[in-house]
Amino acid sequence: MTKKTEKSRDGVIILEEDFPGKMEVEDVIVDASDDPKKSPVYIFYNWCKKCGICVAFCPTGCLGRRADGTPYVKNPEKCIHCETCDRLCPDFAITGSKDKGGIFNG
Amino acid sequence: MASIPQKVVHQYLRHNKKFPHVWCAGCSNGIVLGAVIRAIHELQIPKDDVMMVSGIGCTSRMPVYVDFNSLHTLHGRAIAFATGIKMVKPNMKVIVITGDGDATAIGGNHFIHAARRNIDLTVLVLNNHIYGMTGGQYSPTTPEGDFASTTPYGNIDEPFNICQLAMGAGATFVARGTAFHALETQTLIKEAILHKGCSVLEIVSSCPVIYGRLNKKGSPSRMLENMRDNSINIKAAEKLPPEQTEGKIIRGILKKDDKAVEYYDKYTQLVNRIKSKNK
Ligand SMILES: Cc1ncc(C[n+]2csc(CCOP(=O)(O)OP(=O)(O)O)c2C)c(N)n1
Ligand code: SF4
Ligand code: SF4
Ligand code: SF4
Repeated sequence: MTKKTEKSRDGVIILEEDFPGKMEVEDVIVDASDDPKKSPVYIFYNWCKKCGICVAFCPTGCLGRRADGTPYVKNPEKCIHCETCDRLCPDFAITGSKDKGGIFNG
Repeated sequence: MASIPQKVVHQYLRHNKKFPHVWCAGCSNGIVLGAVIRAIHELQIPKDDVMMVSGIGCTSRMPVYVDFNSLHTLHGRAIAFATGIKMVKPNMKVIVITGDGDATAIGGNHFIHAARRNIDLTVLVLNNHIYGMTGGQYSPTTPEGDFASTTPYGNIDEPFNICQLAMGAGATFVARGTAFHALETQTLIKEAILHKGCSVLEIVSSCPVIYGRLNKKGSPSRMLENMRDNSINIKAAEKLPPEQTEGKIIRGILKKDDKAVEYYDKYTQLVNRIKSKNK
């Protein structure tokens, strides 16, 4: 299992790791916190098609959108773990769930 | 560092398929696939007991991506294949995924006869009001006046109401959801799977790239907002005067009849009757 963690310029942590079950997800970006348990909004950029649905329907303004349409975690502290982004992302590319035993199975 | 959490949905995807999937950015097919997977996960049906059957179309690519028993058949013929499977494997949960064109145009015949027979299938019709895969020809559910590549001056046909069609043909569970109301749709999918008999669930979905562009419906999120603003739950609708619900998408369970005998049961009764006569 390869594992690489580094801090990018945006202050986000980029993880590279073999996804369990050989999913072709290489880059998983979490928000600025070092502890992913505290602010667990994950975006799988490899699968994201930049449609903007998650940003449009996040009820708290936790997510933002860059000029090219890419979603990012703008205000991590605002996430209420409502899972709206989870359910409405057509590409299974984002999760804001807190419950590791529920929708997560990590 | 904790390991990367995996969504429930990811456990049900076929890991040898290429992701992201083929659907266009913002196409609601993915949202519905998520709802289907979560519904099956919540019902705790083992993967091997689920059979997902589809025809041809964008929507019909869905079974390709999930790790159930799956059958990607001919355009319009999903229900015919599913009927065969149900007769041979009556304990399997047979789920048909079909588009509006697949179910009501080329496959209209199979659709009404499955409903008439009340065979225990779960038919999910994703109604995006157009033939997405082949470039936007109008379908039997394209609203009057709307544009498609084959109706450049607006459609003059009266559209089918899929739920009414299913009810008229005799389906014993008929419901409607939308892709935007993903959680509600997930509950409806669960109810449809649990119902014994022919269950038809119309899921109003969006094709932002073809139907959306031709009809100036805006961005993918704008199309989902439209579903939110132009639909109403049947329970709320019943309390309102009919003028106020006119033109709205009515969501929820429209028909549920638990008394009608299911087709395979009838068949078993017939077989037993003949066997006992010949003894
Ligand atoms: C027998 C046959 N006729 C026509 C086609 C071409 N064809 C492929 S998909 C499709 C339309 C699919 O539309 P729909 O079922 O609404 O699904 P969508 O792509 O909109 O999800 C057609 C006409 C075909 N593959 N086979
Ligand atoms: S879980 Fe809810 S609050 Fe958190 S990012 Fe997703 S949509 Fe926003
Ligand atoms: S909804 Fe999914 S695919 Fe669309 S922008 Fe958000 S993460 Fe990306
Ligand atoms: S053509 Fe329409 S229905 Fe097909 S994948 Fe694209 S958006 Fe979805």
